[in-house]
Amino acid sequence: MAADRFLKLAVTATAAGAFSGLFGVGGGTVIVPLLIFLFAYGERAATGTSMLAIAVIGAFAALGQALYGNVDLLEGLLVGIPAVGGVVAGAAIQQRVPERSISLLFAALLAVVAIQFLIA
Amino acid sequence: MEYVAAALLGFAGGAVGGLLGVGGGILFVPALAIFLDEPQLRAEATSLVAIVPVAIVGAWRQNAYGNVRVRDGLIVGALSPLGVAAGVVLSNTVSERALEVGFALLLLFVATQLVRRALRAPG
Repeated sequence: MAADRFLKLAVTATAAGAFSGLFGVGGGTVIVPLLIFLFAYGERAATGTSMLAIAVIGAFAALGQALYGNVDLLEGLLVGIPAVGGVVAGAAIQQRVPERSISLLFAALLAVVAIQFLIA
Repeated sequence: MEYVAAALLGFAGGAVGGLLGVGGGILFVPALAIFLDEPQLRAEATSLVAIVPVAIVGAWRQNAYGNVRVRDGLIVGALSPLGVAAGVVLSNTVSERALEVGFALLLLFVATQLVRRALRAPG
């Protein structure tokens, strides 16, 4: 792998990790746009690859929080098990919509998160 | 009733995750905080328990659709702990409010760039 590509992946990883560490989220809001803008990924490849990265980042973060005793496993599963059904449905729907609309929906998601930060 | 609402928000968070390639924490944290009365820190930590299976199943489904570049995804995941540590240090040195406002402006900028790009590109 070329050094500059690896460097850009490291920048993406660090930015996503920092966002996750600061705000307690998975980092997808950072990974998806960076894969699109730094690597010219299409929307579907960006969101699919982001999912794999989040699985690793989330596992690190969940383990860290569990060591501090902050995790309520039963309530996590109460939300997480229906969420697994949701992600299967969401991914299936995503294959049937134009890539452009994924970008527009993603921009709406970012706007919602930004407003959450501003009114917090 | 609260349990049903939390489970429904969980489903919605997963669906957003599958559509947009995020973990769903944006909806899991309020589901846990509002309907299950978790304090903010426990809600954020517990949200990660929901994010991990969502991301694993989401990555598996997306891989079946041919949308996962496995090497890039694993590199980003494996290198992230450096950033997580940096984020934790940063959050303890800078005013949290300044960080929130700064990130909000950054996200709005990225949102406008995505819209501009989407409107320019064919399809």
